[in-house]
Amino acid sequence: MNVNNTIDNQPKYINPYLGGVLLGLLILLTVYITGRGLGASGAVKSAVVTTSNTIAPSATKANNYMSQFVSDDHSPMYTWLVFETLGVLVGGLLSGLLFGRVKKFRTDHGPNITSRKRLIWALIGGALFGLGSQFGRGCTSGAALSGTATFALGGVIVMFSIFGTGYIIAYFFRKLWI
Amino acid sequence: MGPLIPNGIIGGGWDFVIALLIGIAFGFILEAAGFSSSRNLAGVFYGYNFVVLRVFFTALIVAMVGIMYFDCLGWLDLSKIFILPTYLGPMIVGGVIMGFGFILGGYCPGTSFTGLAIGKLDALFFTIGLYLGILVFSVAFPLFEDFYSSGSLGNVTLTDVTGIPASYFALAFTVVALAAFWGTMLIEKRVRKNMKQYKF
Repeated sequence: MNVNNTIDNQPKYINPYLGGVLLGLLILLTVYITGRGLGASGAVKSAVVTTSNTIAPSATKANNYMSQFVSDDHSPMYTWLVFETLGVLVGGLLSGLLFGRVKKFRTDHGPNITSRKRLIWALIGGALFGLGSQFGRGCTSGAALSGTATFALGGVIVMFSIFGTGYIIAYFFRKLWI
Repeated sequence: MGPLIPNGIIGGGWDFVIALLIGIAFGFILEAAGFSSSRNLAGVFYGYNFVVLRVFFTALIVAMVGIMYFDCLGWLDLSKIFILPTYLGPMIVGGVIMGFGFILGGYCPGTSFTGLAIGKLDALFFTIGLYLGILVFSVAFPLFEDFYSSGSLGNVTLTDVTGIPASYFALAFTVVALAAFWGTMLIEKRVRKNMKQYKF
């Protein structure tokens, strides 16, 4: 069989429950230090606002959404979540290096679709996720995980909406993954 | 007493250094647990890999119970922590759109950054998609401005809405999580038996 890794030969991942405990402690530490949880989509939003503000500053200030994140004394990139996200990239790279998973560019895809199709779907999925995260006031990390961990009603709603929808529609898109 | 930065115990100047360090730990944990692979993540919806559920639920109950203890011991002033505001309709719609994004794209934002960090092209495309999706949202904002701010309930917790103490919710989530860990272990075994290949 022309397969790099079979199920019996998995790359070395840490025990998921250990990972979960560490992540839970990290959320606790983050709330203890900063009073807020983790996040991810916010950094991309900052990048969007920064681009828009560079190309068309007056249109950005006239936009009721983006103008909230523009300030006169610093760039919209100068936010907590942008620095946190830079950290996520560094941390992901460190773990990848440590466990031998940093390799040349490659694409993960299910056995029944091509890499090309996978990339197109990844782009579409990312766009939907980005759009949804703005309505949801955060994504899986900021709203679903950190929101629920702090007992916020909104976090629980986002968590059930994301995973509930995933399970409902998974069957129809199974060709992408199995 | 925490939270340390809002209470002025750690100066605001350390904000971004702390953000970077917390981010490094976050990215490391996600990647080390296998969240840099979209196939691992999608497995939670098809029964062949429940790593998402294990990590997510464990993190959730550890953080929930931890916050309860920190409150109980007087280490954390819960009135000063950020509670995500609730917008009923927009959050349900947003969650549904994100659910589609998850199945089609195979990542969520944080995990796609770690996939990108180790050279996954699908993670790169997902991240570009994120940018485009948020750009479309921002530019088209006037179209759905009214909906976006509808259904506002304020920064409410489960306790505010139901009157049930937070510790009961922590207990309920823990019981559900433990049951889910056991149930999904059985499902995963059955599904994997029928899978001929699983390329990471």
